[in-house]
Amino acid sequence: MCDVCGCGDPKLVPVDVHDKILAKNDHQADHNRAHFVEAGVLAINLMGSPGSGKTALLEATARGSTGKLRFGAVSGDLATDRDAQRLNKAGIPSEAITTGNACHLDADMVHDSLHGMKWRDTDVFFIENVGNLVCPAVYDLGQAANVVALSVTEGEDKPLKYPTMFRGADLVILTKIDLIPHLGEFSMSALEDALARVMPTPKVLKISSRTGEGIDTWLNWLEERRPRPGTKAQPHGHHAHDHHGHSHEHGHSHDHTHDHGHSHGKHG
Amino acid sequence: MHEYSIVSSLIDRVEAEVKKNGATSVGSLTVQIGEISGVDSRLLAIAFDTFRERTCCANAELKIENVPATWKCPKCGTPPVAGGPLRCFPCNQPAELVAGDEIILAHLELEVPDHV
Repeated sequence: MCDVCGCGDPKLVPVDVHDKILAKNDHQADHNRAHFVEAGVLAINLMGSPGSGKTALLEATARGSTGKLRFGAVSGDLATDRDAQRLNKAGIPSEAITTGNACHLDADMVHDSLHGMKWRDTDVFFIENVGNLVCPAVYDLGQAANVVALSVTEGEDKPLKYPTMFRGADLVILTKIDLIPHLGEFSMSALEDALARVMPTPKVLKISSRTGEGIDTWLNWLEERRPRPGTKAQPHGHHAHDHHGHSHEHGHSHDHTHDHGHSHGKHG
Repeated sequence: MHEYSIVSSLIDRVEAEVKKNGATSVGSLTVQIGEISGVDSRLLAIAFDTFRERTCCANAELKIENVPATWKCPKCGTPPVAGGPLRCFPCNQPAELVAGDEIILAHLELEVPDHV
């Protein structure tokens, strides 16, 4: 630098960025979403604790559908392809995404996994996220809807403890309801109360993957959300968008989701 | 612990601004983290300290602005009772999130050579 007048010395320049830190992920997610919607595929991001019954739910979904809907799935875990193997056996063509140490799937991982799959030939494509009630809530994958599986043994207050996950859910599936008679202390009203404090428009379905109870309602929920031909994808922006989209976030859609196929297509 | 992945995206984003502005280093960066964004500010700061070495942010100060979650009725604007149901009962409307889910890079202070 110049010793005489200081010219060439660095100066501190303020720069306003105001951009989402995960903008790159959101961009990739929008790309995934556009592919799914154009192909007429309903993409579901299925989240929940490890052991909440996500894979069993999908197995029961395949059984209950009896071939009416064509399913596909990718299944995220830190290691092993056990879930994908189970799903393939159940008749859902599936690939494993092994994340190594990552606690969630991101939009790139989902995009990469699609390349080897015939996902365009499906009606409903499940993205079974890594079992975790925290991290997956932060990453948009390109899904049309977020579904959270919560088993009856996890406790009715789980939504209060993990508000971000449940706030972003379009649907909560209460799994393993066949166990309720054995629990004694489970209270559906306590769960509904907890959900109302974290979800503006709480929606919960009760399911037993073992007995098949509730699977028909779940299949109807999926059927109602399938994209119609000619539907255009819109940014989802579910979790990491800036404020401007809030007025359209959760309050807007659930009362009229049936009119336009899925519930989070309206963000700008 | 997705905060590491957030920091990795954050530093990539800052690198892009450094290049764009012809900066030599970063003086400070300000991020906004919403209360229900799913990101923990303390863990984010730890992750930043771990990852900053040998990046453009090596000597940068990380400023975290925590944004509380605020909700309102889309019709009458009344916020729901804190901790209560996210619903306006008089208007029979689900509450809307006003703020609190931000994961945003807001500002940077870049060291730029002063070419006179």
